[in-house]
Amino acid sequence: MANLKDKKESLDFVYDFYVKMKKNNINLAYEGEITHQITKAFTSLTENNMIKEEDPNTVQKKVFHVMVECLQNISKHAENRNNIVTSKDGRGIFMVSKDEFEYNVTTGNIIDNDKVVILREILENINKLDPLGLKKLYKQQIREGRLSERGGAGLGFIDIARKTGQKLIYSFLTINEEKSFFVLTSTISRLKSNKQ
Amino acid sequence: MQAIKIKGSDDTPNIILDKDNGIFEISGRSLPEDVAAFYEPILEWLEDYTENPLDKTVFNFKLEYFNTASSKLLLDVLLKLEDMYDDGKEVLVRWHYPDDDEDMEEAGEEYADIVEVPFEQVSYTID
Repeated sequence: MANLKDKKESLDFVYDFYVKMKKNNINLAYEGEITHQITKAFTSLTENNMIKEEDPNTVQKKVFHVMVECLQNISKHAENRNNIVTSKDGRGIFMVSKDEFEYNVTTGNIIDNDKVVILREILENINKLDPLGLKKLYKQQIREGRLSERGGAGLGFIDIARKTGQKLIYSFLTINEEKSFFVLTSTISRLKSNKQ
Repeated sequence: MQAIKIKGSDDTPNIILDKDNGIFEISGRSLPEDVAAFYEPILEWLEDYTENPLDKTVFNFKLEYFNTASSKLLLDVLLKLEDMYDDGKEVLVRWHYPDDDEDMEEAGEEYADIVEVPFEQVSYTID
């Protein structure tokens, strides 16, 4: 059992956490398994907030798109550190922040080091393309790609890049010889149109 | 042929596949938990339908939202319609999109580029 000192520290942590969330304009932060129910709950929560904030319809739809693809990326691809047989959903951290100009959707999850090279290649390739190139890649992938066992179409990152009209921002932090932590941030402009 | 009628939810679309009344429609939102399982009976139905379709099939897509996993299955639906068209049947895809939704309009244009089937874009206004 935690002693009094530990409890005090934990209360300080809560306040510290709260202050940091406020400072970084974080509306939603979660760590855990990303199930279908979680995906539905987070998207509808954010949708309701956007309606209240009177964000334009186009912005709401883009945020919704990006959230779903990010959440499904974790759910389908992330490692589940607990490795419980009954749980098939990946886990990770998920955050939504916003200021006057933009929404940011951030995910972080653990992946095997041997997947880093290929993932980096996919992301670098997407970031090299202009809107027309992304459109071509999307069409090629939807035609030629096959649905994975987990129901992924290999289109998520391409779709995020197209819907946001911005480069994907990501990094890989090495945890140890086997695992890395993959962080991805997608930005959606709150201004009327972000089509280039 | 027995019609398929599925009432939509916040993550699955409305589906009507009704040969007797000539109604073929997918509308609403599509982000099912298991996208392959959701679309399997629809694709099977269409497979059977292609064996003996109506002289003219008008298929309406009126989606508000679909995720990328669904986009792949929607293409499979369109490819079934393409098969019918290749067999000399009359087919028309009507792709409905809200008039303020460029992304949904573009999604329709892209499908029209990919499948060889008569395609009509129809914009509508949401109140």
